[in-house]
Order: sequence, then structure tokens, then C-alpha cells
Amino acid sequence: MAFAAPSVEAESSLVTGPSRERRSFRLSSTMDSVSEVEEAADQLATEAGLDEDQRFHIGMAVREAAINAVLHGNEYDPARQIDVSLENTGKDLVIVIADQGHGFNPDKVPDPLATENLLRGTGRGIFLIRSLMDEVHFRQLHPGTELTLIKHLAPTAKNT
Amino acid sequence: MALAIASREVDGVTVLELSGRITLGEGSVQLRDAIRDLIGKGQRNILLDVGEVSYIDSSGLGELVSAYTTARNQGAKLKLLKLTKKVHDLLQLTKLYTVFDIYDDEASAIASFK
Repeated sequence: MAFAAPSVEAESSLVTGPSRERRSFRLSSTMDSVSEVEEAADQLATEAGLDEDQRFHIGMAVREAAINAVLHGNEYDPARQIDVSLENTGKDLVIVIADQGHGFNPDKVPDPLATENLLRGTGRGIFLIRSLMDEVHFRQLHPGTELTLIKHLAPTAKNT
Repeated sequence: MALAIASREVDGVTVLELSGRITLGEGSVQLRDAIRDLIGKGQRNILLDVGEVSYIDSSGLGELVSAYTTARNQGAKLKLLKLTKKVHDLLQLTKLYTVFDIYDDEASAIASFK
């Protein structure tokens, strides 16, 4: 596995209690890193008690976001890294992925559902992320783009 | 698990049985090469059995679309067989369900090429 060092700054800290654990780490711009982020998100969703469909949705959205960061943002540049954090706030699962690329405007991404785009081989990643998560926020860094993905948790005894 | 592709012929139709993941870096290129190879050899009827595809990402969806358009542009037909729930849901979400001819059973799919 070609991760940037052993997850580099892998750290876990309890913020206010067992349901608010936040993990953050920095990874190299490789496809192995994409898999690592996807697995971490699946673990977060599993620990939150989400069902298979919800875990699939979160895993896929996070994978797409990580691919965007590694491929389109950092362009596989070994000098650039991605910063990732995952948190169960008790009300939400919050995953933040930031790259060090040139940034981009999500509003300028063509609609993949438009008839003229339906047969395109690319351009569905952002749409899938938005469709599969409850909230998606973009923030331009200098340099880079930060994506915050949020899945609301059902108000059960486990996470209230 | 990476993508595995098994090929067989049924009544003039090449059935490609796909199993595993169709994702960026794992199965997309294999699928692309398999389709181009078939079309290059003159095969005009292609049925993709995706019943054992465990996972597909946006790159994989794009590859399915590219396979479809590559086939169509060469006068060939490419259809899908046995969607899993995950793949079915993603094709609906992305409206690609309206693009492909999709079948649940192989006999009906094979017959549709005639």
C-alpha cells in the first residue's frame, strides 16, 4: 500500500463524548488514499448503526469526493496531499475532504441529467455526491477546495 | 475485488459476465478494453451480465455509457442483464435507466437481439 506514511497525522480525539469522536488525517494523492477514506467513512457509518443502503450512499459519496480531491484537485501530485476528517456529532455524520489544487466552481459543473449530457462518459461525481448526502458544502481554500459532506442521523436513543 | 470478465456466446450474442467492482482504477479500463476488443472483432450483439457487480462508481457508470455509445457508433447493440439493486438505483438516479435496454432474464435478453 502506498499511503503517505502510516496515515501521517492519524489521530482520534473524543470531543465531548462517545458519540462525538472525530478522526482527522492527511493522505497522499493516490488511489490507495481514496480507498482508505472510503473505508474510514464506512466504518463511521457502521459505528453509527446505519443500514446497508445508507452506508453505501455515504461510502460512494465520500469515494467520489476523495477521487475529485486526488485526481482533479491534486492531479496525483505527490507534493500535494488531502486532508480528511470524519466526525459523528450525535446528530450528523460529517466528513470533510480538502485538496490543495487550483479550486473549482461547483456551480459550473454541467447537469449530467440534461439530455445533451446523458451520454457523456464523465461528469456524474458531483451530482452523485449531492444526491446521496443530505448536505454538501463547498469552500474555496487558497489553494484548494474543501468539501463538507453531511448525513443526518435519525433521532434515536443511540445518538441523542 | 477487481473486475472479472467471462465471455460466452449464445445464439450470436456475446454475453460478458462481469463480477466485482467497476470503478476508477479497478474495472473501468478492463471493461473498456473488452468492449473495444469485441467490436474490433466484428461482434455486433453484446449483453453485459452485471448481476455479480458488487460496486460501481461514477467512473464505472461512465464506462457503461461509453461502452453503449461505442457499440452504437459501430452499428452494434449493447444491452444490460440482471441489475443488482445498487446498480439499478444508480442508473435510475442518473437517468441512465432510460438509455439502456435492460433485462432480468437471459432468454428474453438474447431473444431481443433478433
